[in-house]
Amino acid sequence: MRRLADIAAPLALTLLLLAGWEIACRALAVPVYFLPPPSAVAVALAQNLPVLGDAAWRTLSVALIALVVASLIAQALAILTALSPLLDRAIRPLASVVQVTPVVALAPLVLIWAGLDHPERALVALAVVVAFFPIFSGATAGLRAADPDLERLFELYGASRWQRVARLRLPSAIPFLLEGHKVGAGLSLIGAVVAEFGAGSGGVRGLAWQILDAGNKLQTARMIAALVVLGAMGVALNAVLEAAQRAGLRWWRGR
Amino acid sequence: MTVAALRHVEVDYARGRALGPVDLSVGAGEIVALVGPSGCGKSTALRLLAALEAPTRGEVVRTPGRGETAVVFQAPTLAPWLSARANAALPLELAGVPAADARRRADQALARVGLAGAETARPAQLSGGMAMRVSLARALVTNPKLLLLDEPFAALDEITRRALADDVLTLWAATKPAIVFVTHNVEEAVYMAGRVVVMSRGPGRIAGVFPVEGPLPRPPGFRTDARFRRTVEEVSAALAEGIAA
Repeated sequence: MRRLADIAAPLALTLLLLAGWEIACRALAVPVYFLPPPSAVAVALAQNLPVLGDAAWRTLSVALIALVVASLIAQALAILTALSPLLDRAIRPLASVVQVTPVVALAPLVLIWAGLDHPERALVALAVVVAFFPIFSGATAGLRAADPDLERLFELYGASRWQRVARLRLPSAIPFLLEGHKVGAGLSLIGAVVAEFGAGSGGVRGLAWQILDAGNKLQTARMIAALVVLGAMGVALNAVLEAAQRAGLRWWRGR
Repeated sequence: MTVAALRHVEVDYARGRALGPVDLSVGAGEIVALVGPSGCGKSTALRLLAALEAPTRGEVVRTPGRGETAVVFQAPTLAPWLSARANAALPLELAGVPAADARRRADQALARVGLAGAETARPAQLSGGMAMRVSLARALVTNPKLLLLDEPFAALDEITRRALADDVLTLWAATKPAIVFVTHNVEEAVYMAGRVVVMSRGPGRIAGVFPVEGPLPRPPGFRTDARFRRTVEEVSAALAEGIAA
């Protein structure tokens, strides 16, 4: 009963809003280039589905590659900070700089470095910048979250620095890493879209490019259709990561 | 023969003197209980004996080598991502014992604490008492010469507590390690120890030492024995005096 309400309530509200939108557009005779009714968006979505699907895949693949790269870099750096207090002091402030720098501001520079022939590399690099911090910060927090008594036990049995990291701190960090990757994945998708905007027409023809292109041509229905696809992709990605996090935690705790 | 000793040991923390001066000697195969109010430095004394902490002044004498000292904490302190077997095998694994050997010895240690059959269970699947037994198995797996217990049963219910106290004494009888354990339960201290050391606080000092007569492990009905009751009362009185002072 509860679950039914969980699904039915938002669905009913969405249908109600869509109906209101449709009726308002028709009753007020709103120009289609300004605000097309949902029916027109649905038509645009159906007509452009192969193109939009292709674009969505390009954006998603940039985001996923960026997530993998950001994950590797962030975890490697976090392990270095755990192994050496000096490296910790050296790396942390620089990691914060990466966090506070807006990705759009970096885009032109990174595009020059990647070269005009390889805009996809620039997009991946920019999405990496965005996805890096939550994973790094989750990893560093997790590597410090080990039970202090377990740390004492490792000391008592003469564990090496590496044994402490590999056998205690890294496994203790897993719940934090799962959370960091969930947040990082969402951000890498946002990063990929923002980077595409930054790259403009020279970029990979992903969803952001579709939105820009439709906007330039005043094809507002296609623009909104691209947004719908982007939103659906975000929701799907989030659902997959939530499930992965739950499964990961279950495995970690053993129940 | 002395296994570990504190010789005129003092410990200062930023907020002042925490412990000392304290002199305490633990002989081979002896069971010593440290009782006292919270903040009397009994856990500090235990960490000094484990060499997990260094004294500000004085000397800590220890004859057991690395891996020959084991500690059991108040909480089971198990790694949640490891099975009972892997948790029990951890000290061996850290010492570089081959995996198959470590596994066999961990299973033996689990069997000794009555957990045969629970080798693959994760800590989250175990009751508080069972988790504490895994913790005990982990401590016993290296056959330590010195076993340090820091309020090991404080979080358990009375029945589990008493059962574990008897089990610890039975396990002790097999290999006779020296045991030092911290508790604030006077009956538990008198029941388990051959010698009860009462500590007072501000800073932590030894307020009295009480030998306990009677065989170890305890025979059934020992808790109602007159000698047991008398020692419990003596220790309680010393404890009350130490707190009042």
